[in-house]
Amino acid sequence: MNRTMYEKIWDSHLVHEPEGGTPLLYVDRQLMHEVTSPQAFEGMKLKNRKIRNPHSVLATMDHCVPTTKAGRATLVDPIAKKQIETMAANCDEHGLNLYDMESPNNGVIHIVVPEHGFVHPGMVACCGDSHTATHGAFGALAFGIGTSEVEHVMATQTLQQKKSKTMQVKVDGKLTKFATAKDIALAVIGKIGTAGGTGYVIEFAGEAVRNLTMEGRMTLCNMAIEGGARAGLIAPDQTTFDYLEGKEFAPKGDDWDAAVTYWKSLVSDEGATFDAVVELDAAEIAPQVTWGTSPEQVINVNAPIPGPDDFDDKIKKQAAESALKYMGLEAGQSLTDVKLDIIFIGSCTNGRIEDFRAAAELLKGKKVAPGIQAIAVPGSYLVKNQAEAEGLDKIFVEAGWEWREPSCSMCLAMNGDQLAPGQRSASTSNRNFEGRQGKGGRTHLLSPAMAAAASVAGTFVDIRDWA
Amino acid sequence: MQPYKKHTSIAALMDRSNVDTDQIIPKQFLKKVERTGFGIHLFHDWRYLDDGITPNPDFELNKPAFKGAKILVAGDNFGCGSSREHAPWAIEDYGFNTVISTSFADIFFSNCFKNGIIPIKVTPAELDALMAEISGNEGVEFTVDLEEEKLTTPGGIVINIEVDPFRKQSLLEGLDDIAWSLKHEDKITAFEEKHKQQLPWLWK
Repeated sequence: MNRTMYEKIWDSHLVHEPEGGTPLLYVDRQLMHEVTSPQAFEGMKLKNRKIRNPHSVLATMDHCVPTTKAGRATLVDPIAKKQIETMAANCDEHGLNLYDMESPNNGVIHIVVPEHGFVHPGMVACCGDSHTATHGAFGALAFGIGTSEVEHVMATQTLQQKKSKTMQVKVDGKLTKFATAKDIALAVIGKIGTAGGTGYVIEFAGEAVRNLTMEGRMTLCNMAIEGGARAGLIAPDQTTFDYLEGKEFAPKGDDWDAAVTYWKSLVSDEGATFDAVVELDAAEIAPQVTWGTSPEQVINVNAPIPGPDDFDDKIKKQAAESALKYMGLEAGQSLTDVKLDIIFIGSCTNGRIEDFRAAAELLKGKKVAPGIQAIAVPGSYLVKNQAEAEGLDKIFVEAGWEWREPSCSMCLAMNGDQLAPGQRSASTSNRNFEGRQGKGGRTHLLSPAMAAAASVAGTFVDIRDWA
Repeated sequence: MQPYKKHTSIAALMDRSNVDTDQIIPKQFLKKVERTGFGIHLFHDWRYLDDGITPNPDFELNKPAFKGAKILVAGDNFGCGSSREHAPWAIEDYGFNTVISTSFADIFFSNCFKNGIIPIKVTPAELDALMAEISGNEGVEFTVDLEEEKLTTPGGIVINIEVDPFRKQSLLEGLDDIAWSLKHEDKITAFEEKHKQQLPWLWK
């Protein structure tokens, strides 16, 4: 029978399928951060349970970590401090591999894991974090779980899991010069909606997806969850193998050859059927900017902001009305007339070296507009060090940007970096929900290059005709 | 986890779609290392005025008619966004054990069952009818009978609750999922042996 990649990974990880019950799926890798793990460790302690495979775990500290200075001494919030200390103590007690705040390898979990080659094609990987979908870029089945499930994986190395439906999102053709993986992600979500992928695992395919770098693929899969999907997947190919080869946790020697052979067998079979297929033409994807309070409320940068009258659906009409009110925008307005306060480049979506290179390219020799605060937060210390080795930090600083320490930072604003009520941001992160970046804060999602240009203009610009 | 028993309780109405986990429990409350005490922060940004303490009289759940509600009826795509289990912890701690909507985000949906909450999926027409009944009747009480898989209202609406038999049993008995899975430990071990032979590099 012809199978999709998802079905192959599923079949190879099925431990038990009880009659009338929920299947048990084996988990190869568990990723952790400080926010969603403490209650799971507590549960383990109460039941006197041990972590089944401590070697399957990689942990970092990212959500609560300040960006102003490196090191634990910067933690002034006593509750955040306790959470960080609890994480360190738990990892120590259970013998887990933790990149502590003080480690040169620390950073945002979904940036750090690929840097070390910890997740491979064909694996099942989980984390108490919805953006675990990122690792689907490697052809691994990777998804977010709740804390009870984190505890379940700790104790059993499995999950009780229902099989998802499959959706293929095919992006054929070539992207135009200034359209990026982020623009593909936003365009897909704009097309299917934030609940369009609910119940599905999405496999991204097509020429434009094949042409993405590993970092671009990570950006795309990262936002599969924003389309409601359980996970995103991209078939492993030479780009994947080249990225993984030589990384710390990648197979070595004879194992490498065997692994590559196995990984090549994972791609969806010719003729395998998906439960749904969505097609996009890459050439038509313009730089995207969200205008509302849901990632599906997104438009081409040169399109007018829509209003309730532009939607037929009753719920979408209501959503547009309340989003415009919250965002302080009017239907028909142009994004190039919208004044910005804060620009943020970072997060597990767009905090990698290529993101900072793309932004620096546009910032070279330019200055941030008056009244704009612009913050660059590398996704990890490896990204930060690499950027500094290339002199990118200087370009940012000379343009008037703040060059900060790695953290999740303003993506979810847990670490003190946040918008004040009414402030408006252009942000390379993944969610523009009400209050996501601070109560009353207004978030517009976009690509790193678009964010860089916006910092100079003080408003959104169409970088396709911007010098 | 408390066993889920048949109950007749006030149904509260939240006529909003895409209620996301950042609204259910904003990030500033995610720093705790405990599982309890999140109820007072449920829907914080909507529920309180700018001082963060005074209840917002315009927020639907602050209406006296919804006091003590155990059933929450809300618009499409409830619980979208992050995987934070703090969302169902807050919902449960506030006093709800039932959420009704036309659709739920996947991770939120699974998280509910681990915390004694049943998320009930209904059709758009059923949702409209339930919402109309709450809007038209002060303090209306619905009955949820999980054993019989029925939701009934005084207005005569009867909805079949579609629930996976395994999850139903877990809810009714308040079972520990981990204990159930560990009953299959021999199968997990056998799987690991096979996996190790096939993909040895995963274990090095």
